Amino acid sequence: MNEKRNPDAEPAVAPPPVFLERQSYRRRRLADAARLLPILGAGLFAIPLLWPAEPGEADPVTMSSAITYVFLCWAFLIVAGAAFGVAAKRMPAREAKEPESE
Amino acid sequence: MATLNVLVLVCLGYVVLLFGVAFAADRLAATGRSTWLRTPLVYTLSLSIYCTAWTFYGAVGYAARSGLEFVTIYLGPTLVMVSWWWGLRKLVRVGRSQRVTSIADLISSRYGKSNTLAICVTVLAVLGVTPYIALQLQSITLSFSIFAEADPSSIYNEASSVFWVSAGLAMFAILFGTRNLDANERHHGVVTAIAIEAVVKLVALLAVGIFVVWGVAGGVGPIMDRIDASEIGQWSVDRGRWTAITFLAAAAFVCLPRMFQVMVVENDDERHLRTAAWAFPLYLLLMSLFVVPIAVVGLDLMPEGSNPDLFVLTIPLALGNDWLAMLSFIGGFSSATSMVIVAAMALSTMVSNHIVMPIWLSSQGGRASVSGDVRDIVLFSRRVSIAAIMALGFFYYRLSGGGAALASIGLIAFAGIAQILPALVGGLFWRGATRTGALVGLTVGFGLWVYTLLLPGMGGALMPPEVLQNGPLGLSWLRPQALFGIDGMDPMVHSVMWSLSLNAAAFCIASLASFPSPLERLQGAQFVNVFDHSAGPRGWTGSVAQSEDLMIMTQRILGAAEAHEFFQKEAERQGGRGYLPEPTPAFLEALERELSGSVGTATAHAMIGQIVGGSSVSVEDLLAVADESAQLLEYSGQLEAKSAELTRTARKLREANEKLTQISMQKDAFLGQVSHELRTPMTSIRAFSEIMRDTEGLTAEERTRYAAIIHDESMRLTRLLDDLLDLSVLENGQVNLNMGDGTLKDVLDRAVSTALTGAERPMRVRRNRAAERIPLHTDLDRLAQVFINVISNAQKYCDAPEPSLKISVHDVGGQVVVDFIDNGSGIPPEAQSMVFEKFARVGSDKAGGAGLGLAICREIMQRLGGEVGYLSGAGGGAFRVSLPLAYKQAAQ
Amino acid sequence: MTGGPDAAWPREERARMSRKVLLIEDEPNITEAIRFLLTREGWQVETHAEGTDAVEVIVASRPDLVILDVMLPGKSGMDILRDLRELEGMSKLPVLMLTARGQLRDREMAEKAGVSRFMTKPFSNTEVLTAVRDLHAQASQG
Repeated sequence: MNEKRNPDAEPAVAPPPVFLERQSYRRRRLADAARLLPILGAGLFAIPLLWPAEPGEADPVTMSSAITYVFLCWAFLIVAGAAFGVAAKRMPAREAKEPESE
Repeated sequence: MATLNVLVLVCLGYVVLLFGVAFAADRLAATGRSTWLRTPLVYTLSLSIYCTAWTFYGAVGYAARSGLEFVTIYLGPTLVMVSWWWGLRKLVRVGRSQRVTSIADLISSRYGKSNTLAICVTVLAVLGVTPYIALQLQSITLSFSIFAEADPSSIYNEASSVFWVSAGLAMFAILFGTRNLDANERHHGVVTAIAIEAVVKLVALLAVGIFVVWGVAGGVGPIMDRIDASEIGQWSVDRGRWTAITFLAAAAFVCLPRMFQVMVVENDDERHLRTAAWAFPLYLLLMSLFVVPIAVVGLDLMPEGSNPDLFVLTIPLALGNDWLAMLSFIGGFSSATSMVIVAAMALSTMVSNHIVMPIWLSSQGGRASVSGDVRDIVLFSRRVSIAAIMALGFFYYRLSGGGAALASIGLIAFAGIAQILPALVGGLFWRGATRTGALVGLTVGFGLWVYTLLLPGMGGALMPPEVLQNGPLGLSWLRPQALFGIDGMDPMVHSVMWSLSLNAAAFCIASLASFPSPLERLQGAQFVNVFDHSAGPRGWTGSVAQSEDLMIMTQRILGAAEAHEFFQKEAERQGGRGYLPEPTPAFLEALERELSGSVGTATAHAMIGQIVGGSSVSVEDLLAVADESAQLLEYSGQLEAKSAELTRTARKLREANEKLTQISMQKDAFLGQVSHELRTPMTSIRAFSEIMRDTEGLTAEERTRYAAIIHDESMRLTRLLDDLLDLSVLENGQVNLNMGDGTLKDVLDRAVSTALTGAERPMRVRRNRAAERIPLHTDLDRLAQVFINVISNAQKYCDAPEPSLKISVHDVGGQVVVDFIDNGSGIPPEAQSMVFEKFARVGSDKAGGAGLGLAICREIMQRLGGEVGYLSGAGGGAFRVSLPLAYKQAAQ
Repeated sequence: MTGGPDAAWPREERARMSRKVLLIEDEPNITEAIRFLLTREGWQVETHAEGTDAVEVIVASRPDLVILDVMLPGKSGMDILRDLRELEGMSKLPVLMLTARGQLRDREMAEKAGVSRFMTKPFSNTEVLTAVRDLHAQASQG
C-alpha cells in the first residue's frame, strides 16, 4: 500500500522499506533545514553590515530600501519557519502519542 | 477631549477586566476545562511580554534617534525563535523534565543544586531587572503626564500616581502569581491576562501605525518617500552596535527571568514552540513594522525638542484623535503592566526559593520541613518578595529621578542579564561544564559588566569622571570604557565584548580545571542528554502525583515489593480509599523513617522534603540519586548475598563433613562388624585346633566333636565371606541378572525344600499352590535366594511350639505379592526397621549367619524391580516380597 | 610371659586353691573351648551367655576371675565392666576381656573402664592360660 501512496517511487519495483527510509530521510533533512534556518537568518541580517554606513561614504543606502530589505528577510524567515512547523506537524511525531491533558 | 479622569476610569476598567480574565482563567484551569487556555496562540502571545513599554514607546524614540538600529532588539529574539529546534526545544524540555521554577533554579540545578549559584543568578537578575521595572513605572507616569498636560483641569501628582500604579501592579502579581504553589509553577490566570494585553498592545501600535501611514502620510509610497527625506533617511548604523545588540537581545530573550518564566516555566506543551517559532517573530515584525513611519511622522509633525519616546501617544493627541490616543495609552499601559507583573513573579520565585527559604529553613534548624506546612511559608515569602521588588523598583524610580539615565537602562539590563548565557548554554550543551566554571564565569562577567557599563552608565555619582577618563589609580589600561587600551569603541559594544568573552573564557577554563561533584555530573548528563532521558511532556497532578512520585522513589530505594507493602499499609491506616496514601505529615514521617533505614537520615529527609516541598529539585533528580543509592544497596546486597552464600557453603561443608564422619563411622562400624564376624569363628577354629594339637589323651569322641566344630566354624566363615562378596557385588550394581522364565510355584517349591532341608524340626508350610501358578520373567535363582532367606529366617526364629509358615500370593495393584507369615511372636516393633540393615540380628540367637541375609535380599529385590519388607501387624513374623507385574506381562 | 609347663603345677596345690572363673561369652563354641582349657587347669568354670544381667550374675557367683566378651547380646562387655567397677568390692576383681573387634579404640575404652587384661580374638590357648594365671597370682598376693 505504501507504493500507492508514493507516486514518485519506482513503479512496482520499489519495495516498501525504500519508501519508509525515504520518509525518515526527508524528516532528517527537514530537521537539518530547521537547524540551518537561523544561520541563514543571521547571515541575511549581517548583510547590512556591508552597506556603507558612515555619512561620508559614497552611494548611501536609503532608509526605505533598508527597511524593505530587513522586513523582507524577516518575513522570509517567518514563512520558512512556519513551513517547517507545518511540515513538522505532519511528520509522525513521537510526541503525538502522549496525552494532552495535564 | 479625553480628560485625565476618563483616562483613569478607562485604566481602572481595563485593570478590572484583566482581573476578571485572570480570575476566570484560574477558575477554568482549576475545573480542568481550560484546554483553550493552552493553545499555541496563548503561548505565543504570552511571549510578547518581551515587548515592554520600553519597546512600545521607546522603539519609536530609538528609531527617531538611531534609525533602523532599534530593529536589532527584535531580530535577536527572532533568530532565537527560528532556531528553536536545537535551542529552545532543549531548554523547554530540560525545564519541564527538571521541574525548573526559574532561570536561577535551572542554573543551580544543572550545576549540582548549588545554591550559591542560584543566589548569584538571583542577585544578578534583581540588579538587572529592578531598573527595568522602574522604567515601566516611568513610562506609565510619563504617559499619564502627557494626558495631564493636555487636560489643564486635572490635578496630577506624579509621585502618588507612581505609588498607586506600583501598589496596584504588586497586588495583581500577588493575587494571581501566588495563588497556588503547584509543582509546575504555572499560572493560567496571569498567562491569559498577559495574552490579552499582548493583543491590546499590538492592536494599539498597529492602529497608530495605520493611522500614521494611511491617515497622515497617505499610503505606503508617500511614507517611504517621507522616510528617505527625513533626518534618518540614510542607512547609518554602527556596525558594532548592530551585531552586539542583536546578539544581546537574543541572549536576553533567553536569560531574562520573565522570558524564562513564560517560555519555559509556564509552558504547557513542548509542541507550542513549533507554532511560536514562526508566530512570535511575526508578532515582533508587526510590532516593529510601523515604528520608523511613526518616528518619521513624529519628527515632522511634533515641535522641536519634544520627546520622541512618546510619539506613539502624542501624534494622535496632536492630531486630535483622542480615542486613538486612548487606545495607544492602554497599549503602553498593557506593555508596562504585563512586564512588571511577570517580572515580579519570576523574581519573587527566585528570591523566595533561593534566598528567603534557605535562610528561613536554616534558622528553623531543620525542624520545619518535618513538622509544619512549608507551603504557606513559601507562598508568604513570595508575596513579600513581590512587594519588596515592586518597592525596590519604585524607590529606584524615585531616586534616579526618571531622567535620561533611565532610558538607557534597558540595554544595560540586557547586557547584565546576558552574563548568564555562557553558564546556561554551556550547561545545556557541554557535559564538562562545572559549578566552579559557572561561578567564575558569572563573577567575571558580572564584575566587568558593573565596571564597564553599569557604573559608567549611572552617571558621576557612582563612578568619578577621572576614573572614567584615566582609569582607576591612573592605570589607563583599566579605563572602564577602554579596557586594555582598546579605545574608540561604543561603550555598549565594548562592555558586551569584554564581559561576555571573558565570562565565557573564564567559564571554560575553570570548568576544564575543576572537577565536578557526582551530583553535578549526574545533572550534567541529564541536561545535555535530555532527549535521551526524558519521556517528553508529562502530566503532574496535585497530591496524587506527589504520592506517586514518593512511591516511585521509595520503590527505587526499598525495592518494589517492600514499597508496595508499605504504601498499602499506610493507605489502609489512613482509611484505605485507594492504593496510594495521602501525603499527610504522619505518612511522610513514617516514610522518612522507612527510607532513612536505607539511605541514611539526612538523605531521606532531603529527598522527601524536596518532593513534597515543591522546591527546586525535580523528581527525576531524586530518582537519579535513588538509582545511585539503589546501586549502593545492590552492592551491599551482593555482599550480603555473598556472605549468605559463604554461610551456606560453610553449612554444606559442615554437612558434608558430618556425612563423611558418619560414613567413616559407618565404615568403622562395618569393618568392626566384619572383623567381629570373621574373628569369632576363627577364634573357635584356632582354640580347638590348638587343643587338638596340644592336648594329649583326648578321647575319640572329643576329637570328633572338636573336628566337627572346626568344620562348622569354617563353613560359617565361608558363608560369611560369600555373603560379603554377594552384598558387595549387589551394592555396587555389578550383579549380572540371569533372566529366565518360570512360574512362582516352581521357585517357591525349590526355596521351601532348600530352606527346610537339614532342619531338625522343619516347620509346617501352608501354601495355596493354585494361586502360585503365575508365570515370571526374572532372575529365578536370585528370587529363590530371597525366598530361601526369608523361609530360613522363619524357620530359625519362629518361637511357636508348633511352628508353621503360611505363604500366600496376591495380585495387588499390578504387583505380585508373596507374603510369608509365621505363627511366632514376630519381630519387636523397635527392631522392625533394623532387620534389613547389615549385621542386624534380633535376639541372641547365634544360629544364623552374620546378619547379612536380609540386607542381601533387599538388594536383590531392588535389582529385580521389586521390594521386600516387613509386614507388621500380621500376627507373627511376616515378610512381604513384591515383584512388579510388568515382568509377568513381559513373559506372556 | 609364660610360666613353666602345665605339668609343673602340683595337683594338690591346684585342688587346695578354690579357683572359680566366670566366663561370660555368647559364642557356644568359644565357651566350650575355654571351659575345656580351664577345667584342665583345675578351675571351676561357670558360664553365662547374656549381657543384660551379667553384673548381677558376677556379684552372685563371686568368682576369682571373670572372662568377659565385649559383643554380648543385651549389654556390651564395656558397660558391664564399668558398672561392675562401680560396685563395692568389685574394683579389684580381675577381669580378662576378650574381643573380636581388634581395634585400638576398644582397647583404650576397656582400659578406661578398668580392665585387668585385654586380649583380641583369635587368641592362642597358652596366652589365655598365662593371662589367667598371672591375674590370679596378682590378685592372691595383693
